Amino acid sequence: MIIEAASTLFLILGAFFSLTGAVGLFRFPDFFTRVHAASVTDSAATIFIIFGLVLRTDFGLVAVKLLFILIFLLITSPTASHALAKSARHGGLLTLVETEATKKEDSD
Amino acid sequence: MSFIVDYYNYWIVVFLMMAGFYIVISANNLVKKIVGLNIFQTSVFMMYISIGKVSGGSAPIVAEGITSYSNPLPHVLILTAIVVGVATTSVGLALIIRIKSAYGTVEENEFKDKENLI
Amino acid sequence: MVEFIDLVLLGMLAITAMRIIFLKDLFAVVMLFGIYSFLSALIFVNLDAVDVAFTEASVGAGISTVLMLGTLALTGRKEKVNSHTAWLPLIVVVVTGAALIYGTLDMPPFGDSNNPVQQHVAPRYIQDSPQEIGLPNMVTSVLASYRAFDTLGETAVVFAAAIGVLSLLGLPKQEKSAIESGLKSHLVLRVVAKLVIPLIILFALYVQFHGDYGPGGGFQAGVIAAAAIILYALVFGLPTAAHVIAPSLLKALAALGVLIYAGTGVASFFLGGDFLDYNVLASDPVAGQHIGIILIELGVGLTVFAAMLCIFYAFAAQAERTNIQ
Repeated sequence: MIIEAASTLFLILGAFFSLTGAVGLFRFPDFFTRVHAASVTDSAATIFIIFGLVLRTDFGLVAVKLLFILIFLLITSPTASHALAKSARHGGLLTLVETEATKKEDSD
Repeated sequence: MSFIVDYYNYWIVVFLMMAGFYIVISANNLVKKIVGLNIFQTSVFMMYISIGKVSGGSAPIVAEGITSYSNPLPHVLILTAIVVGVATTSVGLALIIRIKSAYGTVEENEFKDKENLI
Repeated sequence: MVEFIDLVLLGMLAITAMRIIFLKDLFAVVMLFGIYSFLSALIFVNLDAVDVAFTEASVGAGISTVLMLGTLALTGRKEKVNSHTAWLPLIVVVVTGAALIYGTLDMPPFGDSNNPVQQHVAPRYIQDSPQEIGLPNMVTSVLASYRAFDTLGETAVVFAAAIGVLSLLGLPKQEKSAIESGLKSHLVLRVVAKLVIPLIILFALYVQFHGDYGPGGGFQAGVIAAAAIILYALVFGLPTAAHVIAPSLLKALAALGVLIYAGTGVASFFLGGDFLDYNVLASDPVAGQHIGIILIELGVGLTVFAAMLCIFYAFAAQAERTNIQ
C-alpha cells in the first residue's frame, strides 16, 4: 500500500519534471539556458520515473533490467547535452551575456 | 462514442497516409520526398498492426496464465516491410547524392529539364 | 483507459506529420521524422506488437535518421521556397483521403476478437507453434520457420541494397596512415564512447540470441551492432574505423550471411527434406527446428550488420571526398 503510493508519487514527480523541462525549452531566452533546462530536467525525470517503475515490480529480474537502463541513460543523456553545447560553442554561438556586451560595445 | 473508438485508428492512418502522399507529390526537394515516402510507409504499418490487435490480448509470446494473444501474422509481415523500407530509403538517398554531384542541385524543378549529364 | 493512450499517441503522430509538411529547414524535418518513428514504436508497443516496435525504433529511428543526416551534410540544409502554391496535389490528396475514409467505414471494428482476420491461419499458429517449434516467441517461429522463404527474400533485399549503394558511391580506399579526423579532441566524448561501445555490442549479441524468448532476432541485433561501429567512426574518424573493420571484410560478411541462410535450406535438401525444412536437421524435429532457427538468425544478423555498415561507410567516404575537393 505504501509502496504503491510512493511509486505513484515518483511517477507524478517525473512527469512534472518533464513538463517543466518542456516549458523551459520555450521560455528561456538563450540557446545555452534552453539546453541546460532540457538536460537537467531530463535526468531528474528519468531517475524519478525509473524508481517509480522499480517499486511496481516484484524486485526480480525486471527491476535489475530497469536499473541497467537507468545507468545507461545517466551516462549517455548528459554526454549528448554536452556534445550539443560544445558544438554550438565551437560554431561561434555567443551566450546572452556576451551578446549584450558586444551590443553595448557597438553602440558606444 | 464507441463508433469513434472503433474506427479512430483507421482514420488517423488515412490522414497520415495522405500527409505522406502530399509531401511526395508536392515537395520540390528530393530529401523531403524520401521523408514523405517513409511517413507513408509507417502509416501502412500502423494499419496492419491495428488490424491484428485483439482487445484484452497480450503480445504473442507464450507465457503462463495468458489465454488470449494478439495475431502474430501481421507482425511478421511488418517486420519484413520495415527492413525492406530502410533498404529502399538507403538506395534512394545514395541516388540523391549522385544527382547532387551530377547536376549540382537537389531541387526537382531546377534539374527536371536539363540534358543528361551523367 | 488503454484506448485513451492510443488516441493521444495517434493524435501526437498526426500533429508531427502536419508539422513536417510545412517546415523548410530540412535538419528539423529529419529530427521530426526521428520523433515520428519513436512515437510509432510507442504505438506499436501499445498495440501488443513488441517485436515490431523494437525493429521500428532501431531501424526507423536509428539507421534511417543517421543516413538522412549524412545525405543532408552533402546536399544542403534548406529547402528552397516554392513561388507558386500547389493546388492540384491538394485536390488529389483530399479526394483520395475522402474515398479511403468512406472505405474504412466498412471495415470490422478495431480490436474485436471475432474479426475475420483472427479466424483462419492465426489460431493454428497460436495453438500449434509451441508444440511444433517449441519457442515462446511466436513471431520468431513464424518468421524463421513457417515463413522462412519470405525472410530469405528479405535478407537478399538488404544485400541487394548494399550492392546498389556500393555501385553508386564506392567504399573508402584503405590508406596506410590514418589521417587525424573525427572528434578526437573532445575528451568527454572519447571517454564515454570507449565506455559505451562494448556495452552496445554486448547488447546486440544478447538481442541476437534472445530472439527466441523475447522480442529480438537477427535484424535488430545487426542494426544495433552497426550502430556501435557507426558511433566509433563518428568519434574517432572514418579512417580509424576502416582500419578496425575493413571494407573488404564487410563485403565478405554480407555475402557470407546470405550464404549461411541459403546453405541451411540446401542442407535440408541433402538430408532428405524440402528446402528450408528444419525437421530433418537433427534426430528430434523440435531440436532440428531450434538448430535451423539459430543458423538462419545468425545469417540474417551478419548480413544486416555488414550491409548497414557498408552503406554508412559509402556515405561517409563520399562526404570526405567532397570535403577534400
